[in-house]
Amino acid sequence: MKELLKVKDLVIHYQTDDGLVEALNGVSLSIGEGETLGLVGETGAGKTTLAKGIMRLIPNPPGKIKEGEIFYDGKDLLALGDIEMQDIRGGHISMIFQDPMTSLNPVMTVGDQIMEVIQKHNNISKQEAYQKAGEMLELVGIVKERANDYPHQFSGGMKQRVIIAIALACNPKLLIADEPTTALDVTIQAQVLEMINRLKKKLNTSMLLITHDLGVVAQNCDHVAIIYAGEIVEYGDLQQVFKNTQHPYTEGLFGSIPSLAANVKRLQPVEGLMPDPTDLPEGCKFHTRCKYVQDICKKNVPPLIDIGEGHLVRCVRCQKQ
Amino acid sequence: MYKYILKRLLMMIPVLLGVTFIVFFIMALSPGDPAAMILGDQASAEALEMKREELGLNDPILIRYGNYIIDMLHGDLGVSYKNSLDVWEQVWERFPNTTILAIAGILVALVIGIPTGIISAKKQYTLIDNVAMIVSLIGVAMPNFWFGLLVVIIFSLHLGWLPSQGMGEGLVPLLQSLVLPALTLGTGSAAMITRMTRSSMLEVIRQDYISTARAKGLSERIITYRHMMRNAMIPIITAVGLQFGTLLGGAMLTETVFSWPGLGRLMVDSIKSKDIPLVLGSVIFLAIMFSVVNLIVDIIYAFVDPRIKSEYKKG
Repeated sequence: MKELLKVKDLVIHYQTDDGLVEALNGVSLSIGEGETLGLVGETGAGKTTLAKGIMRLIPNPPGKIKEGEIFYDGKDLLALGDIEMQDIRGGHISMIFQDPMTSLNPVMTVGDQIMEVIQKHNNISKQEAYQKAGEMLELVGIVKERANDYPHQFSGGMKQRVIIAIALACNPKLLIADEPTTALDVTIQAQVLEMINRLKKKLNTSMLLITHDLGVVAQNCDHVAIIYAGEIVEYGDLQQVFKNTQHPYTEGLFGSIPSLAANVKRLQPVEGLMPDPTDLPEGCKFHTRCKYVQDICKKNVPPLIDIGEGHLVRCVRCQKQ
Repeated sequence: MYKYILKRLLMMIPVLLGVTFIVFFIMALSPGDPAAMILGDQASAEALEMKREELGLNDPILIRYGNYIIDMLHGDLGVSYKNSLDVWEQVWERFPNTTILAIAGILVALVIGIPTGIISAKKQYTLIDNVAMIVSLIGVAMPNFWFGLLVVIIFSLHLGWLPSQGMGEGLVPLLQSLVLPALTLGTGSAAMITRMTRSSMLEVIRQDYISTARAKGLSERIITYRHMMRNAMIPIITAVGLQFGTLLGGAMLTETVFSWPGLGRLMVDSIKSKDIPLVLGSVIFLAIMFSVVNLIVDIIYAFVDPRIKSEYKKG
């Protein structure tokens, strides 16, 4: 499989009044063509920062990409000029945002909003663009006559479909979906995910699916990256991460999912809170919440080590084995 | 939509009744005898009494008010105490002068205010933004008449470029005489519009749909004009509408400073001479103008924001 996106040692910090927020601390990942990578972590772990970093949409100030490289199809995105980057956004890499209710411009018709991206990236007439926008709407299951309606005339689930139509309108090679279903009802969630998957297969799009729902990952992804405090703590394919869980944080995440099969009275949450990103602990960032904590964890940052067949884990316990 | 406009027009009736009621009573109850003012100090007691009877000043106040309203509904705003000219004609004669000044003033305000506000918002907390905000704060705080006097001193007295008084006849003299009063009126409004534009833009800049627009790969220019501006427009239109409504009613201080023959000065002069019909006439005119401008602003909303349009359609 050809590698489409490669992120190497990406470091993104925000300079705020409360201090330096270390949002992303050396994240590396790669996505192959047609592949889906799930990025899982709790709120504030740096998921959205990573997504916006790849799109180069980190507002500067306060945000800044300090170090690292992002290669898309062999091109170094961080070296591109603003105009070249505009061609990448929407044309090659698209993004779906978390909240469909606020992600559409309330004073433009949905048709215009779809047309806009089509016209930006294709040299076609207004009429053709309108036609294409209608087709995109049909593709996501909305009749094309509704192109002249405004976002407030749509329900949340339909708005998210419109956003998907915008994201896929120019056949991007990579789709970054930032918690695309978090704001939706469970039944609509399933529909939307099913549709994203169908279209992704049809158009052979790769996807970075950001979520905090492991169930969503299990159904949609080929690989999983677990992110904690701006670092990837475990990475591997579905089998490796789900069946051979190694990192205590991943273990904790699975422990906090209710299961119908096992007879468990209480869920096991991960104790404690995410460390303050302006004041991350020394050593392993998870040691303040880890139940296997040892003295060495408080001093050294464990490296991400391959424990076999590309299953990467950032934990000293794996180092010993 | 038409239903909404009709409803709004009907709502103007109680507003106008309230305005006339308050102004009528203030004028009627304030000290000073209009008869004495018309006939002068030398008039005999009989002559004064006859005049009062003639003007209906001896009737109970509610009856006088009632008579006034009935006349008003017949399109008769009475005649001026001072020169016996028809009030409506006097007001109507001044109206174009005030309109010219109001339009010029609001243009100055828009040309300065909106671009400054946008730049300030896009460069928040930079030097440009801070300077713009301080200057506009000064602009808001500075009394208009004082600024008017200041520009007169600089441009008329020292530099001798522009006339300081009155309204010129013919296009070029008119424009020349318009510059200073329009500048005076415009800067005050510009300051307010700048601050309004900035805060409204700042709110929009952080919206998710702006991220969506960026993620589409649109250029910053298109994002600013197509996506930010239209959404930031509503509060700006409100501010501009209010300012314009006020200006149409006559900018009393500015018109006085520059001896501009507009409604504002008419009102000031008529208040000074206790010319009750003229005061009432100009106040009613001002109230109508203000209501009409507000209605127009509300109609413009519908074209800017489709959500408001659907609200109107519901009635």
